[in-house]
Amino acid sequence: MPNLDHKNTILELQDISFSYATDEVIKDVSLSIHKGDYVGLIGPNGGGKSTLLKIMLGLLRPQKGIVKIFNQDINHFKDWQKIGYVAQRNFFDASFPATVEEVVMMGRYGKLGFFHFPNKIDQKKVHQALQQVEMTEFKNRSIGDLSGGQQQRVFIARALVTEPEMIFLDEPTAGVDAKTQKQFYALLEKLNKQLNLTLIFISHELDILAHQATELGYINRTLDYFGDPKEFLKGEYFHELIGKSGIHH
Amino acid sequence: MLDIFNYSFIIRGFEAGIIIAIIAPIIGMFLVLRRYSLIADTLSHVSLAGVAIGLLLGINPLITAVIASVISSAAIERLRISKKVYGESALAIFLSGSLALAILIISFAHGFNVDLFNYLFGSIVTVQQSDVFIILALGLIVLISVILFYKELIFVTFDEESARVSGIPTKFINIMIIILSAFTVALSIPIIGVLLISALVVIPVVSALQFKKGFVESIFIAEGISIFSVIVGIFISFYLNLSPGGTIVILMIIIFVCSFILRDNK
Repeated sequence: MPNLDHKNTILELQDISFSYATDEVIKDVSLSIHKGDYVGLIGPNGGGKSTLLKIMLGLLRPQKGIVKIFNQDINHFKDWQKIGYVAQRNFFDASFPATVEEVVMMGRYGKLGFFHFPNKIDQKKVHQALQQVEMTEFKNRSIGDLSGGQQQRVFIARALVTEPEMIFLDEPTAGVDAKTQKQFYALLEKLNKQLNLTLIFISHELDILAHQATELGYINRTLDYFGDPKEFLKGEYFHELIGKSGIHH
Repeated sequence: MLDIFNYSFIIRGFEAGIIIAIIAPIIGMFLVLRRYSLIADTLSHVSLAGVAIGLLLGINPLITAVIASVISSAAIERLRISKKVYGESALAIFLSGSLALAILIISFAHGFNVDLFNYLFGSIVTVQQSDVFIILALGLIVLISVILFYKELIFVTFDEESARVSGIPTKFINIMIIILSAFTVALSIPIIGVLLISALVVIPVVSALQFKKGFVESIFIAEGISIFSVIVGIFISFYLNLSPGGTIVILMIIIFVCSFILRDNK
């Protein structure tokens, strides 16, 4: 277990509700995430997991409730380099002309700001991030030529190169083979423990999350559970919930 | 054999053509990758309305074309963001609307002394010295903007959501791409003409993409194709007495087909 410090809240949701048109997908969700947490978010498809993640990232604005990130209202938050984001796989165009190195370098761009160009230090950080995900030898390859698992590692590297304190991942292993998935989770565990990175993770892999995550959230419009993953597995509550949802376990 | 460089209009044609050949694929790269290449076509028709207004009021048509194109590009982007109209429907409205306006103005003026054909298909003869200066000045603005905002442009083009999460002002960058496109398209009119501009913006880029290289490398390949086609196209059109716009575009198409075949045989 990483050294959890539950005094250090870095993300807080207070009574969040969100609707697409008239369809309420998130209702009265409150939760706190602390430095070093490894939060797994599970729930049925259409239950609002991705929506909640996008609210946490400020990509969607809830109709009701407050999002505080590093103790700041998200609408006034400017320190985006503290945050890394790995979106769902397959969101990008496989024929996009970019090398692995170019993609990872993008992670430095927000930090550099307008009119500043990457220098040797940025190159070094890119190199380090590629080492962390063991993708150094692919740095000159075209991103579209890599396998799904390799692409996902590159996107993790892009998130890491920002040197964030918190990384959000939206079902990054969907469609990736089992062996790659296992390596991927091992990598996440390493990042969480060694770098004390806070991870917020949407997944269907309850098995793995139960062993690795420090907190588990179950979302189905409302946040039906948030706490110790092992307790969640023990509870009858879990069978009742999972029976309906088609989650792997 | 006639010496091509004895003619000052040919020199002006080369000057303007090469500037356009440099900026069109850079802007094209962002438009093609954002699946927004049709905007070049729309803005070219808007520019035609601008040309008609210029001819009617007796102002340099290149200036009115740039103004019409920039204003419309901002309006198109706003319509697209508002999501009240689908992106491509917004393009269709502006395309046909501005063409209709151009025709109305032309019929109102009972035709112009200048051959409209020159603006539809491009003509080196119409390029004035003042046009070359305008093309150079605005072309430099496009080039410098792309260099200064290169990081933000590539990130937003690749993955807009992640760019936003890393603090990049994506709305500003989006509107910038559109306005720079407006400049590029309007400036290309004298050389390549309204109906052929999107070829200049799109074809070198699509050809370069067949080589599956990195971003910077792809831009340089597209630049090579574009500059080559424009220079060789002007030469050929001069000696064979052909339309330069048509010649340039046909050369580009030939290069595209070759790059496409090369890719399949790799």
